[in-house]
Amino acid sequence: MKRILVGIKRVVDYNVRIRVKPDGSGVVTDGVKMSINPFDEIALEEALRIKERGGAEEVVVATIGPAETQQQLRTALAMGADRALHVQADGIVEPLVAARALLKLVEREQPLLVILGKQAIDDDNGQTGQVLAALWNRPQATYASKLELKDGTARVTREVDAGLETLEVDLPAVITTDLRLNEPRYVKLPDIMKAKKKPLETLTLSALGVQQRQQLKVVRFEPPPQRQKGIKVRDAAELVDALKKKGLL
Amino acid sequence: MTAKILIIAEHDGSKLNPSTARCVTCACALPEAQITVVVCAAEAAAVAAQVAQLAGVGRVLTLEHPANAHALAAVQAPQVVAIAAPFTHVLGPSTTFGKDLMARVAALLDAPQVSDIMAIESPTRFRRPVYAGNAILTVEASGEGKVVGTVRTASFEAAAGGGSAPIEKAAVEVALPTHTRFVSVSAARSDRPDLQSAARVISGGRALGSAEGFKLLYSLADKLGAAVGASRAAVDAGYAPNEMQVGQTGKIIAPELYVAIGISGAIQHLTGIKDARTIVAINKDSEAPIFEVADIGLVGDLFQIVPEIERLL
Repeated sequence: MKRILVGIKRVVDYNVRIRVKPDGSGVVTDGVKMSINPFDEIALEEALRIKERGGAEEVVVATIGPAETQQQLRTALAMGADRALHVQADGIVEPLVAARALLKLVEREQPLLVILGKQAIDDDNGQTGQVLAALWNRPQATYASKLELKDGTARVTREVDAGLETLEVDLPAVITTDLRLNEPRYVKLPDIMKAKKKPLETLTLSALGVQQRQQLKVVRFEPPPQRQKGIKVRDAAELVDALKKKGLL
Repeated sequence: MTAKILIIAEHDGSKLNPSTARCVTCACALPEAQITVVVCAAEAAAVAAQVAQLAGVGRVLTLEHPANAHALAAVQAPQVVAIAAPFTHVLGPSTTFGKDLMARVAALLDAPQVSDIMAIESPTRFRRPVYAGNAILTVEASGEGKVVGTVRTASFEAAAGGGSAPIEKAAVEVALPTHTRFVSVSAARSDRPDLQSAARVISGGRALGSAEGFKLLYSLADKLGAAVGASRAAVDAGYAPNEMQVGQTGKIIAPELYVAIGISGAIQHLTGIKDARTIVAINKDSEAPIFEVADIGLVGDLFQIVPEIERLL
């Protein structure tokens, strides 16, 4: 079956104002709204559109994380994923561990495409897609803003520092999404009801034969240094004067 | 402990990207740093000569192969890994080039990657921003095996010139994949300074209203010798191309002067400009969050103010 595997991560919602815990052990997550990582939502949307165009028959969504992550999997099912895989894991899941777990799922599911977000907005690591592609020994096309499938290949337009780069990769391949790939759909209430009946399978890292190890220990979290409060000027002339005084013009 | 660092050069085939000189400065923060820079290219001589001049570089290696005509992570990663054995640290810039490549290198080395290094505290201890820069995380590697890292270029000055490192050809015997093929790159050629290394940057937001509106900024930028950036909202609206986007998912920059025009200042945008020496904000909304970080703020109509500034220069 032509299948697309989409990886999602549960993260602190995009709109939440982040506060570092006083003891420096992390950021405050108690009572904070959690969501699907926005880039992963774009990944899922792209997979659903490919399926709707007839380019795939099944969209499987997977996550690695604690029990609560199933909420985000249900949201993904409500968006339109056909089934969900939850790999139970507690604590910090580093990119290498996440990629190893995804590789096990890839071996099991044999997808023609794996689509992931380019980075998670919590740890901002931006590694999992590339690591998975390397371990799988398959192509990667990161920062995708356009994706076309044709005859066993994918033509991917990538947002790179110089502009837009186009690559052609053989399938199967790993794609990571950038912001402008698509705009994810809203979930409708009837779909939320339907999603409750869709299959959600729970696995564990150890059952997959993946060791939960942390290669980078957290020493501490700190709030970023604050900029000093600036001045207000009244018009363009005052602005130009102020810049001249600072030696900037 | 001597740190032996391998840095992967970023270039376009003829010109070295300024991000590499910033990686060299980052690497110099490691104790007793011995720095090797590798240039993967179809023909490496021109770029290697530029690398050799960077102060602090001990040696330049070239990996020449026709498959290196365009930087493809899947092609470069196995070559980098093939020469990585003697090194303690393998670094690249945290640009789209480096982010794409280094994680693939880390995976093949079975090494942890520290993304967006903003400070080095010891050979195993690094500081990096997380949560769009709303927290700074210090991490510690075990000290066994290598550490791979991407360097947040805005956190480091470019290494000075004046060096004369020896250049050596390296040869590796690795099978290079053909499953990934370069098709094209569309880059808007501009005479303006490069956004990532410019001393002055003028950025516009959605309030510019159109691509036409951005011409106001181009005109001011040209008078100031500045690069032009844009907020995500302006890029999404089609007023400016994606390579101009500044912010968490665009470019992270550290100019001497940053002028934000018609940009409200979403946290994701502020992440990209935190290291600017002086931030100027021009916005008609006096409550816009950009004013919380601006050193100089001016509330008013940008369509009047910007031409007036230009006249006053």
